[in-house]
Amino acid sequence: MNKVVTTVSEAVRGIEDNMTLMLGGFGLCGIPENSIAELVRTGVSGLTCISNNAGVDDFGLGLLLQNKQIKKMISSYVGENDEFERQMLSGELEVDLIPQGSLAERCRAGGAGIPAFYTPAGYGTEVAEGKEVRVFNGKPHILESALHADYAIVKAWKGDTEGNLVFKATARNFNPMMAMAGKITIAEVEELVPAGTLNPNEIHTPGIFVQRIFQGARFEKRIEQRTTRTR
Amino acid sequence: MALDKNGIAQRIAQELRDGWYVNLGIGIPTLVANYIPEGIEVEFQSENGVLGMGPFPFEGEEDADLINAGKQTITTMKGASFFDSATSFAMIRGQHVQLTVLGAMEVSENGDIANWKIPGKMVKGMGGAMDLVASADNIIVAMMHSNRAGVSKLLKNCSLPLTGVACVKKVVTDLAVLEIKEGAFHLVERAPGVSVEEIKSKTEGSLIINGEVPEMSL
Repeated sequence: MNKVVTTVSEAVRGIEDNMTLMLGGFGLCGIPENSIAELVRTGVSGLTCISNNAGVDDFGLGLLLQNKQIKKMISSYVGENDEFERQMLSGELEVDLIPQGSLAERCRAGGAGIPAFYTPAGYGTEVAEGKEVRVFNGKPHILESALHADYAIVKAWKGDTEGNLVFKATARNFNPMMAMAGKITIAEVEELVPAGTLNPNEIHTPGIFVQRIFQGARFEKRIEQRTTRTR
Repeated sequence: MALDKNGIAQRIAQELRDGWYVNLGIGIPTLVANYIPEGIEVEFQSENGVLGMGPFPFEGEEDADLINAGKQTITTMKGASFFDSATSFAMIRGQHVQLTVLGAMEVSENGDIANWKIPGKMVKGMGGAMDLVASADNIIVAMMHSNRAGVSKLLKNCSLPLTGVACVKKVVTDLAVLEIKEGAFHLVERAPGVSVEEIKSKTEGSLIINGEVPEMSL
């Protein structure tokens, strides 16, 4: 099953105005930067983006925000982005902030055919407003529902022509769950190899969750907080 | 004298036990890693997907793919592992992590915590804080006793939007170590040279003082 597309524009074909997208990454780590750049180029707008963060002003999802292509963000943490804050406070941008673990599990549930689940996270806070509360083992939990996306866009270290993916270090983060939850999942990889090259024992995301795969032309992999120690 | 941020971290480090998995939040909690007591081995979990987090890399060895939850470049220790965000929060919600240390803007006498939002001013999001405080059995809050305006952060009721309810059991500040139980702060230790009177005057919530309160030994 060859899922390879040769260009990024072919990879994002079909993404239209007002669609819901999931985008992998934590901060700027493990984000599908080639696909984001292509979405900026196409000018597609009114997007609902499900992503843990919203990038920084001039990189990652921040680029789509600058261009006013995003209507709604579903995230857990959106600091370090002035344009985001401005659009949110002025009411131009709709924002749904949800606990990080609930965000991860809601994506996983969406991909795993589980419509909803109970979690203790957010009980007694504004996150719980309007949500069903149920007590298990003496502890209150709230009902959280699954998330789905028209397209999920993920970034992996290596991938093969079957769509099998291997992630590197903490660039894995939300990518595997989002790959599961997209109606169509696009994987951009640093290195695309023929089927049979990757060790089946070491695959993180099985190819069944990936519909399109391509090797990104260029990865900047910007570091958000460069912290070092002296020798 | 009141402790500085490093002093708070040093006192919290005394709570670590051999073999524990520990999640450290951003700010003062991160400093706890610098004061692990002799003879104790702990492993640090960062909720973006690493267990066995090590110190910052040497200059020139930073890896954009290897960061902590504060988005800082890090290294790993021998025996480290990487995992996705759902697995990471399974570790947290499933109570496989023995200790969570995090900062706060306000803590109330019944253990409520507020640390994610100032309406109209700071709306950055809760990140993993709500999952952490709702799930962990053992939560220590590291913070200054009063805010910059000199107002107590140990309150009867939190005024800011909550991160979690009735979940904090211990608070370490620049002035004191306090346990939260039965709807009150119990003074356990005071910072070297800090009087009980000073702690009393800077704690808005109910404060219980039982007999002589020892000084911290650092």
